[in-house]
Parts: sequence; C-alpha cells; structure tokens
Amino acid sequence: MNLPPLIVAMPLLAAILLAVFTKVLRPRVADVVAIAAALGVSVMCGFLYRQSLSSPLVHWFGGWRPRGGVAVGISFVVDPAGAGLAVLVSVLMLAALVYSARYFEKVGTLYHTLMLVFLGAMCGFCLTGDLFNLFVFFELMGAAAYALCGYKTEEPGPLQGALNFAVVNTVGAFLVLDGLALLYARTGALNLAQIAQAVGDQRPDGLLITAFVLLAAGFLVKAAAVPFHFWLADAHAVAPTPVCILFSGVMVELGLYAVVRLYWVIFSAPFAGHGEALRALLITAGLLTALLGAVMCFLQRHIKRLLAFSTVSHVGIMLIGFGLLDREALAGLIVYVAGHALVKSSLFLGAGLLLHRFGSVDELKLHGRARRVPLLAGVFVLGAFGLAGLPTFGTFLGEALMSEAAEHHDYAWLSWCSMLAAALTGAAVLRMTARVFFGWGAAPDEAARPPTTEDEQRETRNDHTRLPLVMVVPTVLLAVTGLFSGLTPGAAGAAHLAAERLHDRPAYIARVLDDQPVPPPAPATTPALTTPLLHGLASAAAALILACLALFRPRLRLPGTVRGVAELRQVHSGHIGDYVAWLTLGVAVFGVSCAVLLR
Amino acid sequence: MTFLPYLVVVWLVVVSLYGMVTSRNLIHLIMCLAVMQSSTYVLLLALGFRTGGTAPIFQDIDVGTRAVDPVVQALMLTDVVVEATVMALLLAMTVQVHKHTGTLDPDQLRALKG
Repeated sequence: MNLPPLIVAMPLLAAILLAVFTKVLRPRVADVVAIAAALGVSVMCGFLYRQSLSSPLVHWFGGWRPRGGVAVGISFVVDPAGAGLAVLVSVLMLAALVYSARYFEKVGTLYHTLMLVFLGAMCGFCLTGDLFNLFVFFELMGAAAYALCGYKTEEPGPLQGALNFAVVNTVGAFLVLDGLALLYARTGALNLAQIAQAVGDQRPDGLLITAFVLLAAGFLVKAAAVPFHFWLADAHAVAPTPVCILFSGVMVELGLYAVVRLYWVIFSAPFAGHGEALRALLITAGLLTALLGAVMCFLQRHIKRLLAFSTVSHVGIMLIGFGLLDREALAGLIVYVAGHALVKSSLFLGAGLLLHRFGSVDELKLHGRARRVPLLAGVFVLGAFGLAGLPTFGTFLGEALMSEAAEHHDYAWLSWCSMLAAALTGAAVLRMTARVFFGWGAAPDEAARPPTTEDEQRETRNDHTRLPLVMVVPTVLLAVTGLFSGLTPGAAGAAHLAAERLHDRPAYIARVLDDQPVPPPAPATTPALTTPLLHGLASAAAALILACLALFRPRLRLPGTVRGVAELRQVHSGHIGDYVAWLTLGVAVFGVSCAVLLR
Repeated sequence: MTFLPYLVVVWLVVVSLYGMVTSRNLIHLIMCLAVMQSSTYVLLLALGFRTGGTAPIFQDIDVGTRAVDPVVQALMLTDVVVEATVMALLLAMTVQVHKHTGTLDPDQLRALKG
C-alpha cells in the first residue's frame, strides 16, 4: 500500500516536470497539469481518509519498520484528522488552481510549480509521524508560501508583505528546530510515538517545558496567535487572491494542527497534572487572539485585509477549542476548521472577483459600484453569516461542540466571548457588502482620505464586463458547501472519531511502534443543540445590528475607544523590527508562564 | 559535559534578535536571521558531541567505538539546505525592494499599515 508517499511525491514530481519544461510548454498546459495533479491528490487523500477510518495507516519509508519497539525509520501515520486535513488542503488547492486559470492576466509556469510544491509540503505536513520530517515540511511549505506571497515582484506592497511573512515565520521555524533538538537530546528519537514512549508520564522538568515552549511558540507563529499574528494581515492582504484561500483556509490552521498533534501525542501525559493551569494559559491566548482579530477586522476598509484579520479572530476561537484540552472540544475544533475553511475561501474568491470586475478591493472606493452583480452579493452575505456562526454552517456546529465542552470545564462564559468575536467579523463583512453592493450608508467623504494600506495592485486587468465561469463556479460551490456543511449527516460523528484518534496517546504509540490494532472508539454523545441554536441566531442578529450601526450611525463611538483604536492600529506598523520584538516578547511571556504554571 | 556551547547558542539567539529588532537595513536584518540560524547549528552539534568520539563512519573501526552522533549532523545538513533556500529567496526579494523603492531601511517601507 503505497498511497501515503505518493500523495507527497506526485505534486512534487509534477512541479519538477513543469519547472523543467517551462520554456516549451504552452501556458494552458501548465494549468491542465497542475489541475490534474491537484485532482489526483484530492482523490487519493479521500481514499486514504476512508481507509484510515477503521484504523490509522502506518507507512515506513524504505521498509525500516521498528524492531522490538525501537523506530529508526521515518514514518507517515495517517489517521482521520491528518487525512481529513489533507483532503481539505487538496480540495482548496484544486479550487484555487481552477480559479487562477482565468484570474491572472499573465502568469508564468513558476506559479504552478510553486503551488504544487506548496500542496505536496502541506499534505506531507498533515500525514507525517516524524518530528524532523514535520519541520522539513514546515519549512518547505514556508518557502513556497513566501515565494507565492511575493509573486508579483514588480510591486512594493507584495514584496514587503512577503518579507515580513518570511522573516517572522523563519524565526518561528528556528524555535521549532531548537525545540526538536532538545527533545532529541532527551529521548534520542525523532519518531513522535518513540519520543512519547521515551518521555513517559513522569513529571515535567525544565528541559521538557523548554522544548514544549519552543515547539508550541514556533508553530503558533504560523497559526498567528497574538502576539505572533502581525505577519498574517500583511501577507494575506498582498498575496494573489487564489493563494490567499490556501493561506487563510488551511496553512494557518496547520500551525495549530502541529501544536495539537504534539501536545496530545507527546506532552499530554507529562503535563497531565497541570491541565487546569495550561488550560487557563491557552484559553487566555485564544481569547486575546479572537477579540483583537475581531476588532482589527472591523476597522479595515481594504477587503482582503479585513478578511485576513477575521482569520486571526477565528484562529483565536480555534485556539480556545484546543485550549480546553478536551476530546469533545477537539471534535468541535475539527468541524470548525473545515467549516471556516469553506466560508473563508469563498469570501476570498469573492474578493478576487470584485478585483477582477472593478479593479479595487477598497470598501469605500467601491461604494455602491457593484449593484449589478447580485450573485456575488449573495456569496458575501452567506459568507458573513458563516463567519458569524449561523446554524447550518460548519462554524456553528463546531462552536456548539466547543461551547458544550467549555461548560464541562466551568468556562461557560467563553462561548459568549467567541460569539462576540464571530459576530464582529460577520458584521464587518455585512457592512462591506451593504456598502459595496447596495450602496447603503452615506457616501463616505473618507474615500478622499488616502487608504492606510496601499490599494490592491493590478493582478488582473481592470473593469471586465463579465465574470468568467471558471471563477464563479468555485466561489459559489464553496459558499454553498459552507452553508450546508453543518447539516452534513455524520459530520459530528466523523469529527468525534478523528478527535478520539488524535487524542488517544497510548493507542497511537501502540499502533505505530508495535503495530497493534486501535481500540474501537467510545460512542459519541450528540450535543443538545437548543442553547447553541439560540447562540448562533443571536450571533447572526448581533452581526446584523453591528453592521447597521456602522452604516447608519458612524458617529456613534463608545467613550475612550477612539484613542484605544488609534493606538491599536499604530501597533500594526508593518515594520519587521517591531514584529520580531513582539514575537520575542510573546515567547518570553509564554515561556515564563509555562515555567511558573507547569512546574 | 560543558555548558559553553549552550551559552554560545543563547548568546547568538539574543544578539540576532536584538539585531533584527533594531536593524535599519534589510540586508543586515537578513544576516541577523543567518546568525540566528547559526545558533541552531551550534545547538545541534553540541548535542551530538561526545568527548573523545570519532567520526561516525564504521567502515574500518569496531562497532563499539565511541563516536559522535551522526543523526544531529544529518539534521544540521538538512537545515543548511532548507535555510539556504529561504535566505536566497529573502535576498532576492530585498534586491527587488531596493529596485522599486530605492531604500533598504525598514523605517522607510510603509506600504502596509494599520
């Protein structure tokens, strides 16, 4: 059974082919090859996911199986969570490639090569069971992403965004490398299961805590937790739109996935005695991220930057889901990631269509200009309610599962905070939709003021009269799938199974090292959906009210907010040095808190 | 067991972070990133070092001979390859930034804000 390595090898091979024959290929051929490769990977990932449901698959490269419980070789471990994420990655990549076939005026084969490398690296990242392998795929994914982000090298905006992105994430990667080196020094192993076995469940000491801090902080840089989030808005605002859906939809979540995986496989047993403390710490970080992202999102007028900050906010909600350190919450997190990816990618593709048709993504410049594209307005309205967590969306189901888990741990108030954050991001998108598509609100004199972020550059030629079908179809399909993602029969059950496999440490170790079958999953409890249903509806209503307030009562300001808001914007300075300073501070605070709480 | 290499690691991390925060030139900033990368080399090699150990090539020496850890050296080599790519990419972007804006000072680059 050689599917797992093929999932990484196939896109990489296709990328090499495209790179080698770049001079002789016609432009359309590159599109076809890339789309075919992405389609092939999606099908294989789907097949792997089906297979992984009964029992996780373990593939040892070169046949280097463990002998007597000692693993020397490198393994891929395919469990439902990892394979499901790989499915999400490949489907979004497929949508992005189909969309970009008509999106760019002129794009070299290099773009397709980079996209395929990006795909291979992300899939490898989802499937690997080896710590160093995880780092290599992390860096490969990063390198491809930096290049894609700065793809339009003729503009200063994308270059600066890509530089900020690359520098901050590379610092994060070094933290990961230091952390894994320390773990190797302690255990002499790089296989996750082997490390877990060697670490055992003794009380954590300084070395283990340091390794955890470095690994978690490094991956949380990718996951854009506050205060590591500064790069995200810069990168997402300037990257080509089809790339944005991968950045926002999955790449950021992959950072969180790595933390979740490492915590449950390696650190959950040593840290078991400190669950409460760690829970409080992670939830605080998630809460800060969710609220700060939501406020910043609400303040934006550049639509892509607005969506980028909403990603920060939603990652915060996901971080809360992980921070509850609970199987139920984990299941909620998995549903939330999938639901959010669908909604957010349809919104980004919608923003790309606006840019294609009207040559701008500035909310105020576009005021009332898009009255004649009701389809696109529908996509944005759906997306806004998806972000706010209206029932029927996957984001709602995920939030419901997470808030139920939060109640078990006496954090019932948490769901109100997540609701507020989600409503704010939904309101921002609703406000923008009402302005751009319906011309609501006073025609703002602010439009005369220069935008804070440089307006979107010409990725496409200005003012097309029609929207190409290959761009509309993925957008609408993603939006509609997002709308019904919460109603999919068995979604909660599948998430429960994935969460069970993800968090069952002894079963993982036995499966990988001793080839033992995994125990059957515990029966999933179906959550009572009445309270969450009210929450979801309230959140959607709050989004509507907030959007109306922003449109029709622009002078309404809470006392003291104006200065706070100005300072908050000032902090997001676009200066690499500042970002690195915040990162250093964040790691220091996280490290000190862990040292105090986990001893 | 000596603490010196680990002190060097910490020192390199601290100076490189300081350099990046205060840098007024993008090339200098990227070199600081390279210094931070060197700290990972020192850490990896220090972890694998055995006093009195030889090179881990068991061609013509006994299997029981004390040797340094080859795994960390392999990790370090991979790290060199990966980061060389990233550094090259960063420097190429810097060249483009200079071409378009005529400056390398991060304080002058203000296309993204708020």
